[in-house]
Amino acid sequence: MKDDNTPTAPKRITAKNMTEKEFFYGHKACAGCGGSVAVRLALKVTGEKTFAAFPAGCMAAVGFIYPQMAFRNNAIITTFPGVASMASGISVGAKALGLKGYKTVAFAGDGGTADIGLQALSGMIDRGDDVMYICYDNEAYMNTGIQKSGLTPYGTHTTTTPAGKNFPGSKTQKKNLFEIIAAHDIAYAATASIGYPQDYINKVNKAKQVKGPSFIHVFASCPTGWGSPTHTSIELAKEVVDTGLFFLAEYENGSFKLNKNPKAFKDIPTYLQKQGRFKHLKEEDYKLIEEHRDMKWERMRRNWKHS
Amino acid sequence: MKKNKLFISGDEAIAIGTKLARPHVIAAYPITPQTIAVERLSDMVENGELQAEYMHVESEHSAISAAMGASAVGARTFTASSSQGLVYMAEGLHYASGGRFPIVMMNANRSLALPWSIYGDQRDSLGLLDSGWIQVYAEDAQEALDMIIQAYKIAEHPKVLTPIMVNIDGFILTHTYEMVEIPEQEAVDAFLPPFETPNKMSFEEPKNMGFSSQPIDNTEFKYQQDRAILYAHKIIEQTDAEFDKAFGRKYHGMVENYRCDDADQIIVTLGSICGTTRLIVDELRNQGEKVGLLKIRYMRPFPEKEIQELTANAKAIGVLEKNISFGYEGTVYTNVNSAIAKTGKRPYLKNFVGGFGGRNISKDDIRKMFTTLKTQEKTENTVEYFNLNVATDERR
Repeated sequence: MKDDNTPTAPKRITAKNMTEKEFFYGHKACAGCGGSVAVRLALKVTGEKTFAAFPAGCMAAVGFIYPQMAFRNNAIITTFPGVASMASGISVGAKALGLKGYKTVAFAGDGGTADIGLQALSGMIDRGDDVMYICYDNEAYMNTGIQKSGLTPYGTHTTTTPAGKNFPGSKTQKKNLFEIIAAHDIAYAATASIGYPQDYINKVNKAKQVKGPSFIHVFASCPTGWGSPTHTSIELAKEVVDTGLFFLAEYENGSFKLNKNPKAFKDIPTYLQKQGRFKHLKEEDYKLIEEHRDMKWERMRRNWKHS
Repeated sequence: MKKNKLFISGDEAIAIGTKLARPHVIAAYPITPQTIAVERLSDMVENGELQAEYMHVESEHSAISAAMGASAVGARTFTASSSQGLVYMAEGLHYASGGRFPIVMMNANRSLALPWSIYGDQRDSLGLLDSGWIQVYAEDAQEALDMIIQAYKIAEHPKVLTPIMVNIDGFILTHTYEMVEIPEQEAVDAFLPPFETPNKMSFEEPKNMGFSSQPIDNTEFKYQQDRAILYAHKIIEQTDAEFDKAFGRKYHGMVENYRCDDADQIIVTLGSICGTTRLIVDELRNQGEKVGLLKIRYMRPFPEKEIQELTANAKAIGVLEKNISFGYEGTVYTNVNSAIAKTGKRPYLKNFVGGFGGRNISKDDIRKMFTTLKTQEKTENTVEYFNLNVATDERR
């Protein structure tokens, strides 16, 4: 059933023909915030008739400070574990009332998605509710002050995984979130990065056509949490893909596809050294990170379609 | 006019009441002893009797979260839970009342673990008394059905916009059968018009909802919420009177006065145990005793004025509840005692606590309570755990 829902190719949206209307502005996000870029671009694609839901997190904190509301479209803050379930309720409620032409989009961070919100997200996909779910991944709980989440990579200094003599920062790798979502046989899932905005826009546009659940995991930089200069946010989000520490892929019709399959990866330590959160890492950590990357890519290249 | 009556359980009465209220969305997660209610609603959605979306949520937290989402676009919503499920959705309970989403929920009153028990007491809902919901307790299946219909009218009143929890005792009401009069759909439609609210997201008037507030504003939001639930007092009475006119049944609003007017001893209680207490009041009255039952229907808003008036001439008052706030006394007692204390009078007051985890409260238990109230037996504690199987109460 879920597979019959494969999106058809929509009219391409580019920087040139994209609406000049802003849907998310006047908010108080930090300079260089990647999450707000992901939200801004997605709303330009999904448009005026979007119901947007945000759990407790950065976007909720910066966008809904009474009485200064930062969304032009309908938007709501949900409980932390409840973005997917509330978005489900919005979508189903609107359907029951006979509303037409709307899209419900849930936006949540990595913690709100891969940790506390995972159960509700699984339920939303299982029920087949018509919701696009976008996870903006800045690799830690940033709103609460940079604590480790399930998507914090190995070796990250966070306030709950302090790097010291005994620990290299975070001791675990990122959860395979994209594959966890795909395992639900979802009609459409993708990974993206704000460093590759056209690819991200295309994917949001594609997800918009799905009548049912769709999912996008978008990598979004956080200068505040990463200890990186604010003007490097886009550059870092591009570099993370080029080093192979993140990847651009899609899941549809029951199979995975790598959208970008670099012949050679860019240097990992160069990427890491630009960020305060990785400054403490040693040669042996670089080696470990590289091995993990290679293992993951070997598996992806073996099992997934790619160019 | 011929009345349509059915021999049904409390859970089924809830399901029929809900169907008659025509909700757009039902979001519920199964938990004993609520299950029959949501099973019947599922049947009704399947067979087309009820035009609603049934959401198979994966938890109670998602049930209340989805209900809020649906309510936020202006849909009439229903959810149901019990015990562990109710406390699992506790975050959402506060959220729903703060967001002023007029959701109606059935709660099957059940004990809370540990130790595990699927059977009834009222610690689940009473422990969440401060979550900002209107709480009503039904005595039987008929009242349960009628209260679901009334609840939507009260909750959706523009000056109330507060969710309502309709409580019925687990098993004692959810799983026992009685004759219940089923209102006609046309009459319910006339009594309960479609849900209209300005507090919703729409394309005509896009809104940002569920926002955050700063220290400078938060108190005002909470003040308004408190005023709304206090205002509901009036709407509750008004709705009950309108219901009486439409259906010929009334529940006397906030409390029911059963032979309290000249009573020397009054038992104040809530839920299904009112039925047994009523019988004992009649029995003792036949023996010439001046006793009464004050049935609390609403715990929030709290019937302070009604309690003060009805107990004004009583010599002794006992509060019977299946609940304890560990380390102090029963929450119902705390509330009743506070109301009485404000009058300046100090009658003999006793808190009868028991019936936990489904333990039966017998007629004899209630007879003994009235004896305690009559003799004004001097005891060390205000709280009396009745029918206790351990030798002594070590509490000090």
